[in-house]
Amino acid sequence: MNTNKRKLLTGPYLVWAVGFIILPLLMILYYGLTNDSGSFTLDNLLAIADPIHAKALWESVLIALGSTLISLVIAYPLAYILSNMGGNKSGTIIMLFMLPMWINFLLRIMALQMILANTGILNAILGFFGIGPLHIMYSKTAILIGMVYEYLPFMILPIYNVMCKIDRNVIDAARDLGADTKTVFMHVIMPLSLPGVLSGIIMVFIPGISEFVIADILGGSKVLLIGNVIDQEFSLTNNWHLGSGLSIVLMIFIFISMAIMNKYDKSGEGQMIW
Amino acid sequence: MSRQPLIDLEHISKSFDGEMVLDDLNLTIHENEFLTLLGPSGCGKTTTLRILGGFVTPDQGKVIFDGKDITNLAPNKRNLNTVFQKYALFPHMNVAENIAFGLKISGKTDAYIRDKISYALKLVNLEGYEKRNPMSLSGGQQQRIAIARAIVNEPKVLLLDEPLGALDLKLRQEMQYELVRLKNELGITFVYVTHDQEEALTMSDTVVVMNQGYIQQMGTPEDIYNEPENAFVADFIGDSNIIDGIMIQDKLVEILGVRFVCVDTGFGTNQPVDVVIRPEDLILGAPGRGVLDGVVTNLIFKGVHYEMEVMANGYEWLVQSTVARQPGEKVSLFVDPFNIQIMNKPASDDEKAVDPDEYE
Repeated sequence: MNTNKRKLLTGPYLVWAVGFIILPLLMILYYGLTNDSGSFTLDNLLAIADPIHAKALWESVLIALGSTLISLVIAYPLAYILSNMGGNKSGTIIMLFMLPMWINFLLRIMALQMILANTGILNAILGFFGIGPLHIMYSKTAILIGMVYEYLPFMILPIYNVMCKIDRNVIDAARDLGADTKTVFMHVIMPLSLPGVLSGIIMVFIPGISEFVIADILGGSKVLLIGNVIDQEFSLTNNWHLGSGLSIVLMIFIFISMAIMNKYDKSGEGQMIW
Repeated sequence: MSRQPLIDLEHISKSFDGEMVLDDLNLTIHENEFLTLLGPSGCGKTTTLRILGGFVTPDQGKVIFDGKDITNLAPNKRNLNTVFQKYALFPHMNVAENIAFGLKISGKTDAYIRDKISYALKLVNLEGYEKRNPMSLSGGQQQRIAIARAIVNEPKVLLLDEPLGALDLKLRQEMQYELVRLKNELGITFVYVTHDQEEALTMSDTVVVMNQGYIQQMGTPEDIYNEPENAFVADFIGDSNIIDGIMIQDKLVEILGVRFVCVDTGFGTNQPVDVVIRPEDLILGAPGRGVLDGVVTNLIFKGVHYEMEVMANGYEWLVQSTVARQPGEKVSLFVDPFNIQIMNKPASDDEKAVDPDEYE
């Protein structure tokens, strides 16, 4: 096959990319930087300074950071233990974590709603022991639980992969040179697993900061995240200019976080994400 | 050579998943000795090394180091260091940090560590490489760093697990000289694992030939090469003609219907034996002038010598000579009685008939 024919094979993807990536981006840029009469303005970007918008962005950052941190605390020890287990056993457990991802995302979040509701399954079980009822639904806690539930596999997988790739000989070498279990972990396993941790953080934090569906279902109208604000500007207020402007601000925010992360990610493991 | 015993492996057995890897292994390693465990893959040599390093606990038996039982001691508590097959350098540390790893753990001062790093790098001919990333170095350089990282801790014993396996031939030969020089400069014991018989013969004070979890023979390189105890050792160490024979009486053996004078005694009369004749010990002559007459069937130029196959009395003899004989040429074969090795037939195919106590 000559090069020209081979180039043709990229055709379907090019059509896709132009239609669903490049055009929408250009449209967001256009709407974000213009007003109703079509003239250039920065007002839509500066609208982030509006206390409601600023608070929503701040809440988003906090919740994204929170869910990232909780996922990390759960995922890291788990990935460490799994990577030390035999191939078959760890494969089964990884499979168990992947399994829910085969079910539609909305269904899972709605199921979570049933569990967390005031008269839900969780409170029924707790009530049996004389505890509660806990009012978890329609709070930041509910959103946090939902987000950790949703994104945990994205934290486990990259960390697990990187840990499996650590050469057992390197760990043996550290022990051989006098390192006890704690030193081996602190000076060999942890630094070598950092690229996986960074990938995991990126894969949880980035979708987390623009999350709005989980906030809608589990947070009700009590908690307003920046994702909800943008969603409402498009679907309720029909103000595409403001929605696009806030989207651009969010994108800039994400770019900055990524740039900071990449500075620490020397090995480039996380760069494959974008 | 009178050397003090340093390590005693006593009745070591180990099996993995029901498969016996080491069976009642006994081995004494002496101070300042360059001891090589030599054998094909799966012979138990690496397991033996890992038992010494503390990475594998034997099912049975004891490891005595300097008079103390260290069988169950963790690797980090042992006064020996390992150079791993694939170097196993820390990829997230530079060369100096790699070498300093063990010293920092044992709490040495910065000044001491600095001195040790430059001393070790000088020893392995890599001065000025402190700040380099180990992954950017060549295989030979990485191997030297791995050696430097091990020896700065001043271990009594250095364990080397096929350290030259990944290097090309030229570099491997250079490193063989370097290792011997290092061992002499440091004055410590080297326990070296390899499947390369040339490496074993070049560097070692003592070679331990292993197969299927048993020690087949143990001795100086000269002993192992010149006086193989059984057909396995003869076959594994260098090229050999190994032929079935019958010991007619003392100093007379019959091979392929021809009687050869030899120097071996004590095998009894009419006893089936294995006979080993090294290809370089077969001397070619004009037809009728030797013990056997035959025809050259194959000729290969090997650099130092020619290698020929000579068909005589129904056996294809491997012959090495500096003089080439063309295929089809009629020749005679002669062998000095001194160069005929007679060995007992093994009791079983596993060659487990060798009693390790013989070497004490």
